[in-house]
Amino acid sequence: MDRIVVSDIKKTFQLKPGQFVTVDGEATDRVTVLDGVDLSIRKGEFITLVGPSGSGKSVLLDIIGGLTQATGGDVQLDGRRITRPDPKTGYVFQQYALFPWRTALANIEYALEVRGVGKAERTATARHLLSLFGLAGFEDRFPNQLSGGMQQRVAIARALASNPEVLLMDEPFAALDQQTRELLQGELLRIWGKIKTTVIFVTHSIDEAIFLADRVVVMTARPGAVKEIIDIDLPRPRDGDIRASAAFNDYRARVWDVLRDEVNKAQKDWTLSPAFSH
Amino acid sequence: MAYLTEKFGPAIGFHSVAGEVAGPAKVPAVKARGVVQGAKARKRMAQAGTFLYGLPLLGLFFLLWEIAPRLGWLNRIFFPPLSEVLVAWWDLLASGVLIEHIGISLQRAAIGFALGVVVAIPLGLLMGRYALFEKVSDLLVQTLRNTSQFALLPVFILLLGIGEESKVAITFYSSVFFLLVNTISGVKSVDPLLIKAARSMGTSDFDLFRKVILPASIPSIVAGARLAVKSSLFAVIGAEMLAAKSGLGFLIQNSQLMMETADMYAGILTLTVIGLTVNYLLVWFERWATAWKGQSETSLI
Repeated sequence: MDRIVVSDIKKTFQLKPGQFVTVDGEATDRVTVLDGVDLSIRKGEFITLVGPSGSGKSVLLDIIGGLTQATGGDVQLDGRRITRPDPKTGYVFQQYALFPWRTALANIEYALEVRGVGKAERTATARHLLSLFGLAGFEDRFPNQLSGGMQQRVAIARALASNPEVLLMDEPFAALDQQTRELLQGELLRIWGKIKTTVIFVTHSIDEAIFLADRVVVMTARPGAVKEIIDIDLPRPRDGDIRASAAFNDYRARVWDVLRDEVNKAQKDWTLSPAFSH
Repeated sequence: MAYLTEKFGPAIGFHSVAGEVAGPAKVPAVKARGVVQGAKARKRMAQAGTFLYGLPLLGLFFLLWEIAPRLGWLNRIFFPPLSEVLVAWWDLLASGVLIEHIGISLQRAAIGFALGVVVAIPLGLLMGRYALFEKVSDLLVQTLRNTSQFALLPVFILLLGIGEESKVAITFYSSVFFLLVNTISGVKSVDPLLIKAARSMGTSDFDLFRKVILPASIPSIVAGARLAVKSSLFAVIGAEMLAAKSGLGFLIQNSQLMMETADMYAGILTLTVIGLTVNYLLVWFERWATAWKGQSETSLI
């Protein structure tokens, strides 16, 4: 059963007055980042999105999350068109986006607070989630008293607090060191194995994409579209060892094969990058 | 790798979470607290040190104040020795007159400041958040902000009479713009990512103001409030000197007219003490309100 259906999504940004970029040798103040993205995601599936910088991965995630309006096409969640953030969707950002004035516990509670859940229930849920992420005892810490890995755990817990059916993750581990990163990948899979929510995970790392995914979606260089979808047929549950396996190596080569041309194309397009620093 | 996992596999697998969090984290947690406490103590020592360094010069100033009039370097009628000022101060305090004046001045300043808070924070939230709102109102705000509150005192008196209202008006006017400008800048500097995160969780517009934008702006608002409190204190003294029958400003001005110079200096000293106290209280409040930022960099100045 398809949970999310992305059909022919287009997104064009209008630059601010006076700003121009060069596209194919011509100056323009309009930039197309997504040009006809089609993608169907099954219920409970773990999808990773890879693509060169500027291929619109994060924009696509924002559109699916209802945070940005597409210029054309539509996204349906369980058959309903998404126009604004859906209560069934949780979002995790690269920079954690925790509220610095709230403790770890209160940050998780926030997600329930704005949905009108009562105090006792939201505290209980938040405590449970913290312990699920191995953070029991850290309830009263403020974000700046936690390491990056801990902060991102809190952020994931916050996204999961409302029991979402879809979890959108925008390079959530990119700011972490390699060890913490692999630790959190394993942890994410462990928790995902329990709750079986649908995950769309944007990453720059081919290894991460393969390790986590049921399917790796490779995007083209800007303007972004789906170049190829690669099924990852590795057994679950997966642990770190699998990275050393022959099958994993084959996938690595295959994804890189598909990605290489697009990365080269994106490199030539570097004059555009200042306008897309976000 | 395989060997390692074979040997430590279950341990790593199970402790992987704990490895970074529960296990060793307990040690750093304790350590961190110790370090923080040490840092706090050191900071307090440093502050005390600064205070001690400053004492001799202040003492010299007071000493000069005491001996200069006595030695005839300064006219004793215009500039009585510190000891006489302190005696006059004690008399004023004992008779209850001083307390009365202090109470009236503080009350005027407090009401004006409170009105400033009530007006400036909601207005600032809107002006900071909605560009159009700011575009429309910015010119008027800048115009008003750059008009001296003392120049407007005659206007306030004409409109509101010589009573309390005109004093409250001038203290309000003196505090509201500090609060407004800082609220606006606080709102504008809220991390857009936090707003995005809040929206992704389905936060309503009202909750966005209440639960995200306002708390995120608190450090900036509190910094503005510090300036606003001082400004409204200064304004009330000025207004009382110009047109009042009570308050510290009146006491100082009136003592000068009556040539009771010791009382005049007693009034001025009182103002200094109030100013210092209020400043310390505000710094303390600012630290308390922004405790989540970690150690505060706020200086006492």
